[in-house]
Amino acid sequence: MPHRHATRLLEAAAQIILGKEHELRLALACMVARGHLLIEDVPGVGKTTLAHVLARLIGLRFQRIQFTSDLLPADIVGVSIFERESGAFRFHPGPVFAQLILADEINRATPKTQSALLEAMEEHQVTADGQTLALPEPFFVVATQNPASQIGTFPLPESQLDRFLMRIRLGYPDRAAERALLLGEDRRGLLERREAVIAPEQLLELQHAARALTVTDRLVDYLHALVDSTRHDPELLGGLSPRAGLALLSAARAWALLEGRDHVLPEDVQAVFPHVAGHRLHLATDGRPVPPATLRRLVEAVRLV
Amino acid sequence: MPPNVEVSRRTAFCLLAAASVTVLPHAGHLPPWLVALCVLLLGWRGAQLLDRVKGLPRWLVLGVALAAALAIKIDFGHFFGKDPGVALLAVLLCLKLLEGGSPRDARVAVLLSFFLQLGLFFYDQTMGVAALALAGTLLAVTALFGLHQPRAPLPGLLRGAATLVLQGLPFMLVLFVFFPRIEGPLWGLPADAHSAVSGLSDTMEPGSISELSLSDAIAFRAAFAGEPPPNALRYWRGPVLTEFDGRTWRAVRTTSTAAPAYQPGGPVYAYSLTLEAHNRRWLLALDYPDAGLDDLLYADDFQLLAARPVRARARFDLRSRPHTPVGMEESAAVLAAVRRLPAQGNPRARALAARLAADGADAGTIVSRAFDHFASGNYTYTLTPTLLGAHSVDEFLFDTLEGFCEHYASAFVFLMRAAGLPARVVTGYQGGQVNPIDDTVVVRQSDAHAWAEVWIDGQGWRRVDPTAAAAPQRIERGLGESIRAGDPRPLLMRPEFSWLREFRHRWEAVSNHWNLWVLGYNEDRQRDLLARLGLETDWRTLTLATGAAAGLLMLALLGWAFHQRRSADPLDQAWQAFCRRAARHGLPRHAWEGPLDFATRLADRFPAHAGELRRIASDYARMRYRAADGPAAVRELSQRIRRIDFT
Repeated sequence: MPHRHATRLLEAAAQIILGKEHELRLALACMVARGHLLIEDVPGVGKTTLAHVLARLIGLRFQRIQFTSDLLPADIVGVSIFERESGAFRFHPGPVFAQLILADEINRATPKTQSALLEAMEEHQVTADGQTLALPEPFFVVATQNPASQIGTFPLPESQLDRFLMRIRLGYPDRAAERALLLGEDRRGLLERREAVIAPEQLLELQHAARALTVTDRLVDYLHALVDSTRHDPELLGGLSPRAGLALLSAARAWALLEGRDHVLPEDVQAVFPHVAGHRLHLATDGRPVPPATLRRLVEAVRLV
Repeated sequence: MPPNVEVSRRTAFCLLAAASVTVLPHAGHLPPWLVALCVLLLGWRGAQLLDRVKGLPRWLVLGVALAAALAIKIDFGHFFGKDPGVALLAVLLCLKLLEGGSPRDARVAVLLSFFLQLGLFFYDQTMGVAALALAGTLLAVTALFGLHQPRAPLPGLLRGAATLVLQGLPFMLVLFVFFPRIEGPLWGLPADAHSAVSGLSDTMEPGSISELSLSDAIAFRAAFAGEPPPNALRYWRGPVLTEFDGRTWRAVRTTSTAAPAYQPGGPVYAYSLTLEAHNRRWLLALDYPDAGLDDLLYADDFQLLAARPVRARARFDLRSRPHTPVGMEESAAVLAAVRRLPAQGNPRARALAARLAADGADAGTIVSRAFDHFASGNYTYTLTPTLLGAHSVDEFLFDTLEGFCEHYASAFVFLMRAAGLPARVVTGYQGGQVNPIDDTVVVRQSDAHAWAEVWIDGQGWRRVDPTAAAAPQRIERGLGESIRAGDPRPLLMRPEFSWLREFRHRWEAVSNHWNLWVLGYNEDRQRDLLARLGLETDWRTLTLATGAAAGLLMLALLGWAFHQRRSADPLDQAWQAFCRRAARHGLPRHAWEGPLDFATRLADRFPAHAGELRRIASDYARMRYRAADGPAAVRELSQRIRRIDFT
């Protein structure tokens, strides 16, 4: 049962990040679906810790890139430097050559720098000095954005947002979790001492297993009806693209796998739908991202037998 | 929709709007206390939805309902008939909104408001009312939609409702055309069928017509086949008044026959006359009706009469020949009656009549002398003449010198009779305005008029209009041109309201079409139309056919629904049976809810059976969404579903 790895991983992660089981599960589902994750929230709720935990517990090589307005594409991809000894240029790989990358405050960098990372995310390879270099497998990007501060930022355009499979919010911990957080040990210290609970190969196994899950015609019909309903909704500006529909299906597969099933149910689609569709849909009135209530309504408007 | 769940606020507002649009147009015919109560209740519900006030307790709602029913009983004296019925329904609808927000209450409120929207047509069938009823229906259907899609945005709900209403349009048209028209008021109940309507009466005294003249209300419309006759020929005949008691003129009994007592001659004008209800038999036909008009009666004073009083707007296809000589052979009894004067009174007028008839003048001379007397320029035409006393004719002729058409007609006929000539007063309408939009002649109450008829041997009855002598422009151009400045005028005749006139012309042209094609679609027209479609039939056959068609349609729909259910997948059927059973035990599945989520809710509600409920749901989910199991597995599942005991 491949999902045993997932269970172990989630249990271990829940000991470090308190009271966020659902968000952790979503983040893992995103990885199992081979997608990248966008976390949107105010500072200090554990966005960075989440990325750290995932990297640590899976044993992935981790790199953190703090995006600033003066960050250049070469700061991400790497740079070729002339070496006197060898008398030749040698490529010094940038931080992107890791297995899990935390792109902190991605909207602070210029669009040019953003697109360097986004290209890497899409192609799983980078081009430097005319050379194409493959990135390691598995390769994940967890990007964070602070929705509250907009001054001096370059919000990601819609086409770039589409590169992220899911967008989640962490939110404040509940009372019990926060109490435990305040009383307990420092999270970083706790994390330093943790060993990986699964190997990167086992994550790849999970990914393969998710892709092998049964998806019936009935489920595809349902998923299509849901995607299609977003295209005719007067409240929305445009609907979900076919690529978004594929994203929804692979996220639903990953979710079903984490639920321990070998087939996908409408419930799986419904569980990931707000996180897959939320950053891809905008209100017709003012172009703002759709609120959760609208996403809920979209789900409730599609009948199931 | 789960019971004991409040409907969404949006739906509640839709319902409130539907109820308001439905109840408030009824205000005109409900007692004022009831209107006030309804407004209070609706306002309270609105405030409650805005969280300004608390909902009313159930016992209070019930108490108000009982008190209102009692008050309606006291006010109307009974519960029968449409007025108390509508009053009761209006209160019940308002109270239903306050009673609670459960979907069941909402559905009852929607049905009540549908019924009240229908009730609007008991009182008025104009386009405005139809529009109001339609708006109410649309809002009620929107609320119904909102019940099923609690989170849908309002524009989506409205569009859905509008689509549904539009889908009903073909059915409406078919029923409109084919539903049997039954003669007589379908809902007319004895107590309230024929109330007073303004218009001419069969008596006239000073002031009775000038009072009518301030009203812009339409008396009738006439659409001529060709050019309408000139204003001076447009005398629409109403009651003919013979008896005079010194102050009041009255009609006498006449006989009426199926053919006119005269030989129609001269140019003919064909027109269709759309008469507003006036509860009288006279049709106000243009002088003088042609022979051969079916189903109508010709009175011996040249009125055209309907078989029954006109109690609903009605259309008549008529022909008239204004130049027909009439009354060539008048009976001695009639001639005696139109010579009679009271023995006493109005001495100065009698003296004037003697002067007119001096020197052995013949009838024609007497008439033209009297006409000249009025044309002398001493008389003023006004809507507000000085009130007259006992010798009304004397006072008008020699003292006040001002009057409206009834003064002139009355004085003229008095002079003629005093001079020995047979004469009588004719009331009716004169002129009418041509609506430039659709070229119909619109005749209003303000066109009410009185004129005189003199019988001259060898010439028969001759129309003499003394008003034309004193104020020729009244006859040539109408009332608005002829009354003196400063007099009150009907609103539409004031020069500063020309834009209003224009608007009114347009509105009346449109509502004339509405009257002709929608309201005027009666038994006869239905028969004509069906005959043109090749369906010779009467209303009984039509009732049967409509009923049979409706029945067949229902059967077809039922069959279709049954077939849909039969042809459904057995696994779906088993699951639907499971959901239905759960719904009967108070926990329906949401339409969008997946099997496992539903099972979780069921397990919370029925913890004793949590295990089996979850197993059924997950077995169904596995069979549905992983691989098709054989029919045996499906049968086994449906047996387990049948066996499950929710209690």
